[in-house]
Amino acid sequence: MLSLSAVSAGYGSFQVLFDVSLEVPRGEAVGVIGSNGAGKTTLMRVISGLIPLRAGTMTLEGLPLAGLPAHRIVEQGIAHVPEHRRLFPRLTVEENLRIGAFIPRARRRFAAQLDRVYALFPRLKERRQQPAGTLSGGEQQMCAIGRALMSDPKLLLLDEPSAGLAPLVVRQVFELIRRIRGEGLTVLIVEQNVQQVLDVVDRAYLLEVGAIRLAGTADELKGNRFIRQSYMGL
Amino acid sequence: MDIFLVEAIINGILLGGVLALLALGLNLIFGVIDVVWIAYADIVMCGMYVIYVLYTHYDVPLLFACLAGIAGMAAFGVAVHLLIIAPVLNSAPINQLLATGGLLFFLQSFATLLFGTDFRNIGVRLPVVEVASIYISFARLIAFLFGLIGAVALYLFLKRTYIGTAIRAVAQDRDIVGLMGIDQRRIYLATSAIGGALAGLAACLLVLQYDVHPFIGNTFGPVIFMICVLGGLGNMIGGFVASFIISQIIAIGGYYSNTELSYVLAFTMFIILMFVRPRGLFAR
Amino acid sequence: MSRLGASAFALAALAAVLPAAGPAYFLHLLIQILIWASVYTAWALMGRFGFVSFGHGAFVGVGAYVPALLWNYFGLTPWVGIPAGIALAILVAVVIGYPCFRLRVVGHYFALVTLALSQVVLLTLVAAREITGGSLGFTPKAAGHSWYALQFPEKTYFYVIALMLWLLALSVWRWIDGGINREALEAISEDEDAAAAIGIDVLREKLRITVLSAALTALGGAIYGQYMMYLNPESVSGIAVSLQIVFAAIAGGVYSLLGPTVGALLTISLTEGLRVWFGVTFIGAANTIYGALLVLCIIFMPQGIVGTLRRAMAARAPKAAAAD
Repeated sequence: MLSLSAVSAGYGSFQVLFDVSLEVPRGEAVGVIGSNGAGKTTLMRVISGLIPLRAGTMTLEGLPLAGLPAHRIVEQGIAHVPEHRRLFPRLTVEENLRIGAFIPRARRRFAAQLDRVYALFPRLKERRQQPAGTLSGGEQQMCAIGRALMSDPKLLLLDEPSAGLAPLVVRQVFELIRRIRGEGLTVLIVEQNVQQVLDVVDRAYLLEVGAIRLAGTADELKGNRFIRQSYMGL
Repeated sequence: MDIFLVEAIINGILLGGVLALLALGLNLIFGVIDVVWIAYADIVMCGMYVIYVLYTHYDVPLLFACLAGIAGMAAFGVAVHLLIIAPVLNSAPINQLLATGGLLFFLQSFATLLFGTDFRNIGVRLPVVEVASIYISFARLIAFLFGLIGAVALYLFLKRTYIGTAIRAVAQDRDIVGLMGIDQRRIYLATSAIGGALAGLAACLLVLQYDVHPFIGNTFGPVIFMICVLGGLGNMIGGFVASFIISQIIAIGGYYSNTELSYVLAFTMFIILMFVRPRGLFAR
Repeated sequence: MSRLGASAFALAALAAVLPAAGPAYFLHLLIQILIWASVYTAWALMGRFGFVSFGHGAFVGVGAYVPALLWNYFGLTPWVGIPAGIALAILVAVVIGYPCFRLRVVGHYFALVTLALSQVVLLTLVAAREITGGSLGFTPKAAGHSWYALQFPEKTYFYVIALMLWLLALSVWRWIDGGINREALEAISEDEDAAAAIGIDVLREKLRITVLSAALTALGGAIYGQYMMYLNPESVSGIAVSLQIVFAAIAGGVYSLLGPTVGALLTISLTEGLRVWFGVTFIGAANTIYGALLVLCIIFMPQGIVGTLRRAMAARAPKAAAAD
């Protein structure tokens, strides 16, 4: 579904990604793991159009994405849950969700989408009139994912969904991701929390200093000695 | 209490309505685009001239002249954004201030070129209403009411529509709105249009009370900045409340001394309040 | 001596010969350019470190009005009146500057506080119309040719005074530029917290440069008043004068010694030129063009004229070297 081939990107004179290629097949969940500063967030930002790619190609269902600004990429069916959630703190929960449905296609189906998100996250319905800034960390993550789902995406990008959350909440968040997968959505997830993410994805890539070092199914990577030693502390 | 003092207080409240409208417009633009339009009051001046010309030279009915003024200033707001703000959007804040400051200079001079420095009025004199032996100018009453209506309309727009919600979202986190499918540039244009329209509405209300001349922006422009800063730049509700505080200082100060000194008082209070509450009276 | 110093010296030498060459109007123009160039340079002392004041109109006003008022009402010589005006300007600068810097009023907020200050001075001058003549303006009592009154109908005297004022402003700039404080101030303009962390007394440094800038500005205002022999609140104080100062300084370029002077030279000769060109038939035409040029200048030459020229020259130099 999503295909990146030999993608390079960076900020100013500082190159972050070098010849990154990866595939996200329809209906699968794919993980990108790696340590802090490996370029994971940059990879997400390139896919969603927040920063331009310098070289390589990027397609969604065969259609080229390169060069499209972020707001056009959302219309192509990619929704990005940014790192640290980035809710609009002074908008209410429901207003955040409404912003998620800003594109015309999603606006027409607003009511149905809202019901779907509330069914997935009943907590959000309870708190729908509350400013998003007053939610707890876990609730904010639900709201951020809900906001992304409102655009009715084909592909969901999750950037460090566990960052800054308490261990118990992290487990809940991964549980939610499993549930979203169950709905048949294609997911690309970027995480430092290697152990947990390998439990929810089908396949994963290891990103180190901006380049793909390893790729394989989740089970293969879980059994990989290098990953076990360097990233899982086993 | 002295009847004239009561009148001064009432006039202060009525003046506050129009100032609030302008403070809302300026604050909206600052909050969303992060640029201070130094020339904002001069856009009001342009609106007043549009209404003046349409009404006195082309015999357009006043209501339509006013609507044209509002629409014209909305378009003007868009033009200001495209021609002046957009090119300096990523420059240092001081260059943005100066670009709109240059616009101020340009608009005042251009108005002088077209109309000279004479004071002109549309020749409509509305009656004075007497309530319990207090005299209230009908024009001010209308200005106050429409000021409030404008504020409520803006509130509903921001609260109830997709574009309005998007405008508030941009003000809170401009870097990620693209991920919501929002085109930031279009939101900036919409905001500039609304800001311009509010200036146009203020022009309609002011042209009923004051003569228009090229430098009328200088008389209340600085006051609007004070109000916005007092309320906290970008904080719309703070700006709304601050409008009434400042207008009371001006009105009551004017009652006890003269107009200039009441403005001196307002500006001095502003400076002191900046030291006491540097992020505005209502900083969160 | 640096290249800049040399060019400043050359310019001064040229300026010394000029008055003999032209007619009186030319001399009048030159005096105005020199006085305002000094004021713009004084503003740029602060402005180049990112402390953008919209309140320098206040200092010009105080500097101009105090000696004139003291002269008319008490017969006090400007030799005392001008220092008194400067002292008052310094006092105002401290009263506003100290809390501003202490409480970290920066950026937009600093610009607007100082804007309010310039309006306070303007409106006070207008409100005190019994003493100052309000918006009708104020004329110092004429005393003919008098060193005591610092009044000279002969323009050449003021030309020399203005030239000295300008050289003073340039040397203050050079002094700051070469001194140890410059690095402290640059550190502060980069990041106040970091500057404080490495032991820089942020408050004292900012206050010092502000006081220096205000004093020099007030002196410029005083000389302007003595020369023009007519003061008007609108032309020596308030938002319009403050903006004029900021504009011209930035247009010329605040990062180079002669930037503000180039700004004064261009803006004043442009306004005067346009005024002569359009005459009185089209009031406002000159300023309309001027305003449009300012906006264009800020959009397309954010470094100022001198900065842009220097950058263009720097860009050309390596190419020339490569060609050899």
